[in-house]
Amino acid sequence: MKEFVLIFRRSEKSDLKPSPEQMRERMDWLAGIAAQNKLADKGRTLSVSNAKTAKPGNVVTDGPYAEIKEFVSGFIVVKAETIDEATEFAKANPILKKGGTVEVREVITFPVESQD
Amino acid sequence: MKEKTDPHDELLPNLFRSEYARITAVISRCFSLEHFETAEDIASETFLKAAEVWSVNGVPENPRAWLYTVAKNKAKDYLKRVSIFEMKVKGEIELEESYRTESLSQSERDIVFTEQAIADSQLAMIFAVCNPANSTEAQISLALQILCGFSIEQIANAFLAKTETIKKRLLRARTNLRNDNFRIDVLKEDAVQSRVDVVLRTLYLLFNEGYSSQSGNRLISKDLCLEAIRLTLVLTDNPLTNTPEVNALLALMCYQASRLDARTDDTGQMILFEQQDRSLWNQEFIDKGIYYLVNACSGNEISKYHLEAAIAYWHTTPADNDKWEHILQLYNQLIITEYSPATALNRTFALAKVCGNERGIREAELVALYGNHYYHALLGYLYADIDVDKSIAHYEEAISSTRSMAEKKNLAKELERLTRVKTGS
Repeated sequence: MKEFVLIFRRSEKSDLKPSPEQMRERMDWLAGIAAQNKLADKGRTLSVSNAKTAKPGNVVTDGPYAEIKEFVSGFIVVKAETIDEATEFAKANPILKKGGTVEVREVITFPVESQD
Repeated sequence: MKEKTDPHDELLPNLFRSEYARITAVISRCFSLEHFETAEDIASETFLKAAEVWSVNGVPENPRAWLYTVAKNKAKDYLKRVSIFEMKVKGEIELEESYRTESLSQSERDIVFTEQAIADSQLAMIFAVCNPANSTEAQISLALQILCGFSIEQIANAFLAKTETIKKRLLRARTNLRNDNFRIDVLKEDAVQSRVDVVLRTLYLLFNEGYSSQSGNRLISKDLCLEAIRLTLVLTDNPLTNTPEVNALLALMCYQASRLDARTDDTGQMILFEQQDRSLWNQEFIDKGIYYLVNACSGNEISKYHLEAAIAYWHTTPADNDKWEHILQLYNQLIITEYSPATALNRTFALAKVCGNERGIREAELVALYGNHYYHALLGYLYADIDVDKSIAHYEEAISSTRSMAEKKNLAKELERLTRVKTGS
């Protein structure tokens, strides 16, 4: 079983605070992954308002924004056999309905010397 | 003396269940030592003697007191033998000898079987047995065996593991304890901190073993549950262990225990939650549950026991529109906090209650716990009105994968009903 990080991105700043309905939907989605014993890390939700970006040359800007107007809003780590299976989890995330995206990335594990 | 009774009836096995671990704990603590296996031998010999003597002379007036007296005398004899051995072999070392004699006579004085001594010994014993030198599972298995007198078979059931696996695990765990200089000490704060999680899990499993007892015997089942509650009460009585989490666990146990009389009929047959006679629910236990749940909310901490206690609370309330929504959200939090097959299945049941059976089936099939009888029983239930053939197939699978006769009967009843529906008779 491999691990994959699901990175949630949103592009619009409107209604930053999710409605109770949206929270419930997200909770149902997350718990559905956990019920399959495939949630490796429930991750973190990241603040949008309290964010800064450090740049070369001692420059610090407000906000999390990169060049494109899109920001990371959180992440979780799931367990899956293949990236396709992990992507199935991503496709069911309610953030997609609000114009957000979910990026799926395999976690690279460096070979560790076997203890056996 | 009462009239002569066959010791092979229920009395002796039941006494063994409740008293073996107590006798072992009290004697172990008095020995102040790593020789808890000697204490176990003494407890075993005590029951052997009971079986012999009682079959000839009948059961004594107070069987517990009889057992305690015999165990105490056997312990004293053992200490005397050891003491003589120490004097003869090591007599030349004066200092050590006088120290030992003193500590032995101290031990003899301490062998008392009062309720308080039993409670203290068992609490100290469980904290000693839950040694981080062992894996969490091994600690739990060992505590269930030594503190609660569980058989290897019962431990295997609690873990849904093979008896051979448990046997090996226990052997390894005992070796680790011996190598780690197993001692039963006065409880200290750091020991409590590092071990309380495993202790709570052990009590939780003990309760569950009773609550969903494979034996189908209502008395044994109730006995185990009350035993778990009693041990947890010992924790709330001690300021070191009276934490919000302990109170939450106790609240959970009380809510569950309130339904003990309603969930089996007189023949030991299980009655499903929805068909239970609510007038049989024990209001006293429900009130205690509320009391401890309020105590549990004195901090910011939300443990899995808080979540489970809250779920159990909702189960004691009458059905209203939002009830299952609340239960689902609590199960969602619980499964995200910690995976367990039972939580995954219960959460899916709640989901079906809120979102309908079709969504329930979709998610249940993803849970994919083939060979787990609860899994097949859940799918059988969800499919009942949607696809009767699939429902029947799952119920058949569930019946062949459970070891509990009570559950087999219950599932067979539902299977029969479905077969009638199918043939239209």
